[in-house]
Amino acid sequence: MSLLQIVAELWQSFGVTLQIFLVTLILSLPLGLLVSFGRMSGNPLLRYPVSAYISVMRGTPLMLQLIVVYFGPYYLFGISFGPAYRMTAVFIAFAVNYAAYFAEIFRSGIQSMPKGQYEAARLLGYSRSQTFFYIILPQVIKRILPSITNEVITLVKDTAFAFTLSVMEMFTKAKALAAGQTSILPLFVAGAFYYIFNYAVAYLFAYGEKKLDYYQ
Amino acid sequence: MKVLEIRNAEKSFDGTPVLRDVSLSVEAGEILSIIGPSGSGKSTLLRCATGLEKLDKGSVSFQGRFGMVFQQFNLFPHWTVLRNVTDAVIRVQKRPREEALQEGRALLARIGLADKEQAYPCQLSGGQQQRVAIARALAQNPDLLFFDEPTSALDPELTQEVLRVIRSLKELRIAMVIVTHEMAFAREVSDRVIFMADGRIQEEGTPETVFASENQRMRAFLSQF
Ligand SMILES: Nc1ncnc2c1ncn2[C@@H]1O[C@H](COP(=O)(O)OP(=O)(O)O)[C@@H](O)[C@H]1O
Ligand SMILES: [Mg+2]
Repeated sequence: MSLLQIVAELWQSFGVTLQIFLVTLILSLPLGLLVSFGRMSGNPLLRYPVSAYISVMRGTPLMLQLIVVYFGPYYLFGISFGPAYRMTAVFIAFAVNYAAYFAEIFRSGIQSMPKGQYEAARLLGYSRSQTFFYIILPQVIKRILPSITNEVITLVKDTAFAFTLSVMEMFTKAKALAAGQTSILPLFVAGAFYYIFNYAVAYLFAYGEKKLDYYQ
Repeated sequence: MKVLEIRNAEKSFDGTPVLRDVSLSVEAGEILSIIGPSGSGKSTLLRCATGLEKLDKGSVSFQGRFGMVFQQFNLFPHWTVLRNVTDAVIRVQKRPREEALQEGRALLARIGLADKEQAYPCQLSGGQQQRVAIARALAQNPDLLFFDEPTSALDPELTQEVLRVIRSLKELRIAMVIVTHEMAFAREVSDRVIFMADGRIQEEGTPETVFASENQRMRAFLSQF
């Protein structure tokens, strides 16, 4: 198999990797924000379970979480969703895992905001949700963007864990090719793909940070 | 007509009384200065009056709108000067955008910052930021403005430009309640002065009478200046 063929094969499976990456981000960022609200809630009935969820997600391996999400329904309830559930299980496991990390980032950002911003907004008559979405959140995003960038770069690499459920993303594919060809080349090519992908991601986020450089 | 009336206000933090039976009212257009040592409850009084803190006992009633100018300005750093001044007018009061922008620009001209409408707060000096905060409060069309030590975070030369702006508001006939450590300013600008200590109003009257008071605490307080 020529290098070009390897690149072409991996390029196809890169689509799956990209899909895992994008779906995870789209789900876990808003979910993380919601979770951070639960984590900061004044109601202990909400705060404690949410804290426990964050703690478990951050304290156990993503690989284990993937397996639990995929096999859990069968072992716990005897329900079998069939092979189409593989990809869904990957999305669910990644989303709930990353939401926990993002929640902690959102929380630290929100809690770092000076009280005076809320007080000024309140006396100007802004509602709570207006205050949050127009005044607090934009400033929080600027503050937490570097931490978000770190997580997103980790996510690019973590997509490879989908191999646990034999989803044909790029890493699974590269391993299969390497085994079939008894060559390490496919793994190097996959590594190059990840590296370039991450380079692009880092560039995009650096651009975003620069865009927000207009104040403070 | 009274724009603000506070009756028998009491407030404690963790069992320590900070306001002890404070009653006070402000007439339309009146300028009232509150002076007193640090920790005497001046900020707490303003925060309770504006609803940022809840009174333990007593009542607060307003006629009309009020605005507040904070010691730390509390401008929104991600918005331009013009947006800081006009956003609440447009978004909260739902006034027509063009009209609000026009009034906002007029207010910026009034405080001498017409050329800064597209600047961000971080590009301004402390004095300029506080003037923007004053414009933001004025844009609400208030009947009463509260100032909590508006110049305490500023260098002396910047203090003067802010005091000049506050002084110039007299002609607008908006009532003002000003907590300040600028004694000369309080004496000159106020219709009435209140001296607070230990959570109580100790002296109250025209600047002449209050500053000439023989009250021991007042004399001790004034001797620091
Ligand atoms: N949120 C709070 N929690 C606890 N103590 C407070 C709080 N706010 C003010 N205090 C206390 O109340 C007293 C009066 O404070 P303050 O009203 O800020 O005085 P002033 O503005 O006259 O300097 C001080 O002893 C201060 O420590
Ligand atoms: Mg104070």
